Amino acid sequence: MNLLYFAWLRQKIGRSEEQFDLPHDITTVRALASHLARRGDGYAQAFADTARLRAAVNREHVSFDAPVADNDEVAFFPPVTGG
Amino acid sequence: MIRVGPDDFDVAAELEALQADAGGAGAVATFTGHVRGEDGLSALILEHYPAMTEREIARHVDQARRRWPLLGVRVIHRVGRLVPGERIVFVATASAHRRAAFEACEFLMDYLKTHAPFWKQEERTDGTRWVEAKASDEAAAEKWKLK
Repeated sequence: MNLLYFAWLRQKIGRSEEQFDLPHDITTVRALASHLARRGDGYAQAFADTARLRAAVNREHVSFDAPVADNDEVAFFPPVTGG
Repeated sequence: MIRVGPDDFDVAAELEALQADAGGAGAVATFTGHVRGEDGLSALILEHYPAMTEREIARHVDQARRRWPLLGVRVIHRVGRLVPGERIVFVATASAHRRAAFEACEFLMDYLKTHAPFWKQEERTDGTRWVEAKASDEAAAEKWKLK
């Protein structure tokens, strides 16, 4: 899958995009976030408090209970601040 | 018409274009957002999720069109580094009567604020910081669900 990070998540993780092989036992956005939080310093900081995060799957806003599949584009970001 | 990019826009030209599209509209409402002048603020830096932004705005324009009898809509949102006073965002709605134009314009701004994937960073004399989302913006968008 393709993972995207924006705003301070991108800064903490140190990249804006990466390819990721989704483990078979991960089926939701929440499980994916927990998995990524265990990958190391920047990720641990970025995913420390998922209540502060939002997600999109295939370019649509979703809740953390939404399903994910290996060919999805999943984006994580803070609440939006445009306008 | 939806446009997202670094370029500035000419409000008068946008209004003329909207009126040309929306023949016979008796009412046009517009909102223009600017970078506020605040002590110590040298610029706002806006980033977005390019593949999602226009699609998300288009979804809300479709909702507005279903909800109000609109004859035309234009939405422009800038990205990149903008200094105080510069225009950031423009929404214009045209309809036969003022109520629909006013309400649709406000609805689109409330949804842009809370759903369109943009993030603002403030560049200040003492460093940079990310702007936090406001609960009041979320409440403004929520209220349209009840109307």
